[in-house]
Amino acid sequence: MKERLQQLQQEALDKIAQASDLKALNEVRVAYLGKKGPITEVLRGMGALSPEERPVMGALVNEVREAIQTALEAKQAKLEQEEVEKKLAAEAIDVTLPGRAVRRGNHHPLTRVIEEIEDLFIGMGYTIAEGPEVEKDYYNFEALNLPKGHPARDMQDSFYITEEILLRTHTSPVQARTMEKHQGRGPVKIICPGKVYRRDNDDATHSHQFTQIEGLVVDENIRMSDLKGTLREFARKMFGADREIRFRPSFFPFTEPSVEVDVSCFNCGGHGCNVCKGTGWIEILGAGMVHPNVLEMAGFDSKKYTGFAFGMGPERIAMLKYGIDDIRHFYQNDVRFLQQFNRV
Amino acid sequence: MFVSYKWLQEYVDLTGITAKELADRITKSGIEVESVEVLNKGAQGVVIGHVVEREPHPNADKLSKCLVDIGEGEPVQIICGAPNVAQGQKVAVAKVGAVLPGNFKIKRAKLRGEESNGMICSLQELGIESKLVPKEYADGIFVFPSDAAVGADALELLNLDDEVLELGLTPNRADCLSMIGVAYEVAAILGRGVKLPAVELRENGENVRDYISVRVDAQNDNPLYAGRIVKNVKIGPSPLWMQARLMAAGIRPHNNVVDITNYILLEYGQPLHAFDYDRLGSKEILVRRAKAGETIVTLDDVERTLTEEHLVITNGAEPVALAGVMGGANSEVQNDTTTVFIESAYFASPVIRQAVKDHGLRSEASTRFEKGIDPARTKEALDRAAALMAEYAGGEVAGGVVEVNTWQPKEVVVTITLDRINQVLGTAITKDEVANILTNLQFAFTEDNGTFTITVPSRRRDIAIEEDIIEEVARLYGYDNLPATLPIAEATPGKLTPYQAKRRKVRRYLEDAGLLQAITYSLTNEAKAPMFALEAAAPIRLALPMSEERSVLRQSLVPHLLEAASYNRARQVENVALYETGSVYLASGEHELPNEKERLAGVLTGVWHAHLWQGEKKAVDFYVVKGILDGLFALLGLEKRIEYKQAKREHLHPGRTADILLDGKTIGFVGQLHPVVQKEFDLKETYVFELALADVLNADVEEIRYAAIPRFPSIARDIALVVDEHVVAGDVQKAIVAAGGELLKDVAIFDVYKGDRLPEGKKSIAFALRYYDPERTLTDEEVTAVHEQVIKAVEQQFGATLRG
Repeated sequence: MKERLQQLQQEALDKIAQASDLKALNEVRVAYLGKKGPITEVLRGMGALSPEERPVMGALVNEVREAIQTALEAKQAKLEQEEVEKKLAAEAIDVTLPGRAVRRGNHHPLTRVIEEIEDLFIGMGYTIAEGPEVEKDYYNFEALNLPKGHPARDMQDSFYITEEILLRTHTSPVQARTMEKHQGRGPVKIICPGKVYRRDNDDATHSHQFTQIEGLVVDENIRMSDLKGTLREFARKMFGADREIRFRPSFFPFTEPSVEVDVSCFNCGGHGCNVCKGTGWIEILGAGMVHPNVLEMAGFDSKKYTGFAFGMGPERIAMLKYGIDDIRHFYQNDVRFLQQFNRV
Repeated sequence: MFVSYKWLQEYVDLTGITAKELADRITKSGIEVESVEVLNKGAQGVVIGHVVEREPHPNADKLSKCLVDIGEGEPVQIICGAPNVAQGQKVAVAKVGAVLPGNFKIKRAKLRGEESNGMICSLQELGIESKLVPKEYADGIFVFPSDAAVGADALELLNLDDEVLELGLTPNRADCLSMIGVAYEVAAILGRGVKLPAVELRENGENVRDYISVRVDAQNDNPLYAGRIVKNVKIGPSPLWMQARLMAAGIRPHNNVVDITNYILLEYGQPLHAFDYDRLGSKEILVRRAKAGETIVTLDDVERTLTEEHLVITNGAEPVALAGVMGGANSEVQNDTTTVFIESAYFASPVIRQAVKDHGLRSEASTRFEKGIDPARTKEALDRAAALMAEYAGGEVAGGVVEVNTWQPKEVVVTITLDRINQVLGTAITKDEVANILTNLQFAFTEDNGTFTITVPSRRRDIAIEEDIIEEVARLYGYDNLPATLPIAEATPGKLTPYQAKRRKVRRYLEDAGLLQAITYSLTNEAKAPMFALEAAAPIRLALPMSEERSVLRQSLVPHLLEAASYNRARQVENVALYETGSVYLASGEHELPNEKERLAGVLTGVWHAHLWQGEKKAVDFYVVKGILDGLFALLGLEKRIEYKQAKREHLHPGRTADILLDGKTIGFVGQLHPVVQKEFDLKETYVFELALADVLNADVEEIRYAAIPRFPSIARDIALVVDEHVVAGDVQKAIVAAGGELLKDVAIFDVYKGDRLPEGKKSIAFALRYYDPERTLTDEEVTAVHEQVIKAVEQQFGATLRG
């Protein structure tokens, strides 16, 4: 009997090893461990054994069963694994085919520049002031030290609606309005971005509508050196950490002293190139100390308060930064233009 | 202002400073030098020649054969094509081996069989602009004065070895519209003195009053009028050096008398006018406002009709000059003029500006009067002009000046402390440095214990207050020496207002949803202005538009967004999704500022989404746009307060347009473009929306409050309802929500069907309902009870039946 069992075990193990799929394996299981299988038959024959032999033989039968069972399980796991692999292999895809695109839009380049500048000044403690684009002559000119009859306010240069109402020619009226709201008490620290309008024919460098950003700080003890420091900070954050700035004397009716501000060329670092027309410097801003007449008209005591103001054109900055050659691009809204500003 | 470097040296010592260096110094101190132009455009080897003989070229009608002495042995033969070449002339000769502008090399040549050893030059050929060449030499060679030395450098005689600085003057620096003014500025920069021209005037024994009298009837317009008589003048060319200086400054030479008035204009900044005394027609000058309808023919032979806003110089009866702008043709100095009346006056800028504007006449003279001249120099300039006419036109100056002078010089005194200067600039400039700067500016001042009392010279009309002095100090101290500091002040919190912050989120959302931000023009035409307006308003027109296309302020952003879509489509970009935030302008009262309201609008057309190799392609439709707006309202926490109502709006598809309501108030619309408008803009199926952005962003929204995460299972029930086809899903959904009460958490539409399997005029809408109680697990019975209520409600309200 013992030999018979050992022979059965060997047969079963051989067949398990040969089984090539789960079905064949199951047949082996039924054939050897099933109720009608040879091992069950051996067990039935145990009745003929002596009481001493029975436990010995019983243990042997269990041993054989277990060995077969273990082999079956191992083989089953192996076959299952193979089956999964086969299935996955059949599921393979071409990963180089294009993905399902996520439609993306983006900021207009002017908004991109304006928000960058806004954020930079917010970081320095400024708030953002806005005001009407259709403005009173008073705020656009008179309150800014441009009395009636001043050559800079020629009808030819501005879009008037009535004698007293016009499309603002700069964002400075927002400064006048904000100062007025402060009722003679500082500090005032604002950035004013917005659309402005001038009576220009549209061409590559002129646009009858464009944008401006102005800044204004009014407080006790504001010095011109503070203007220089602030704008240097701006230039470095906007155009690179090693930028320098330079003041050149200029004239604006609403500031005194007035300066034009140049930034060392971010393209060549100041050696001279075609971006800076060989000078090493790029003009980007007009600025100055707020004219005492402007302070007084807005209700500030010009003996106690001083302030600085500056103004720049986002179009110009965007054109410089991105190498845009025609100002009309900003207002044509050609998708092929707008989409170029779709990344960091 | 064009400043000749060589001429400037007459007033300031420029030793050791090149024109280029000078330009840099001037720019750094306040006046932008826009260019430094070398007058010689590359000419060399041009000398003075004497035409010894001239005869017609044997083989060519239009050429002359000349023998020219160029100071190098025997005269040379030169063939010349100029019609005015003549024997005895002194001319500019480009010798063999010479170079003319444009790198044109002069070689020995044969012209129609005759040898030519060089070239006789016109001024144009030497690089001088045609508009500056004296008229008599415009079409030929230039004839030099007879005393020009044969063989001398012609380029030097023409002052072509000079350089010219072009100053870009800001309106406050009209003082530098004169050589003397520039000299003061340069002297201040360099710390050197100014040498003013010496006026040596000899008068004859006569009295000017015997010739002429002056009356001014408009003293506000003309506070100072002065004149002199110069008799026995001989009209001819002015000296070559004067002509050369005029040309360098951009003025064409005419004759000695006119050139002298222009020369003084450049030197003193004082415009002068020379009248032919004998042609004045009277012995008096009357300055007055013109009479309405009065006419004058000006020097340019144009008859001009005047108004009472113009100032004229008259002979007592009729105008002889448009004051400060241009002389009259009737009293013009001509070749036979012998007696000249020189006018030197101070005209106030407004009346001159008016004339310039009305007649479109801007001249060197009017520019100076418009910007303001220095009346303290008016009479000195007159004397100098008379002296030059005596010297260069052979005239005799009658004794005395006729004048009407009501000008009252106002002395401008500014007091400022050293502390104030340093406080405003953030500097530590010393008392001595300030004193030094004021001295270099030639400002008279006293200083007492750090307080400067400064008397401003009349030439610097731009200086009146402390800040003006601070600027003078700062610019001459040098802005490069200004330290860079940050304000020392109370810290202020920098931030966006809630409105600004939300607006940024809205933009970002729309961009992430796939729209590009556009910026369009605010000005449009009369037809487009009111299109798509959310609120009706009268058009706001510009008083003086540049074109009809940009003449009225927009009332909606949609028309220009459609234009942008159309622009793109014309360039084969068919799939366009743009949005814009910007103002529209709604008229209020006639003298009131318009109501400016911020809008958000969008235009979408073409394919919205495509993934071609997987067979996906979705065109923009109403629901794509609505979905984007739904997301926007959800972002702003308004989704439950928003309602879409079927609407009819002009220019939109009558069946595919909805008004958008917030808390029951219309705040916008979304819809498909009407096919007619679509065609007008040359577009395909296109959808637009516009929202009153301020209403949306200013709506009060509660802060987010956490709600417990569901712990109990919810129960889902689907129902398909058959209703009349005109019943809208939104109404049914509203009724379901109302009937479902607290337990109904969610209703979603998952199918809409209309077709063969339903009776005519019916449609089926399928809803997925989800019931949930946060406190416990709902029983089937409870849900069934509520669900039946729901079904009853829609049966009653819409006659809905359950679809079997």
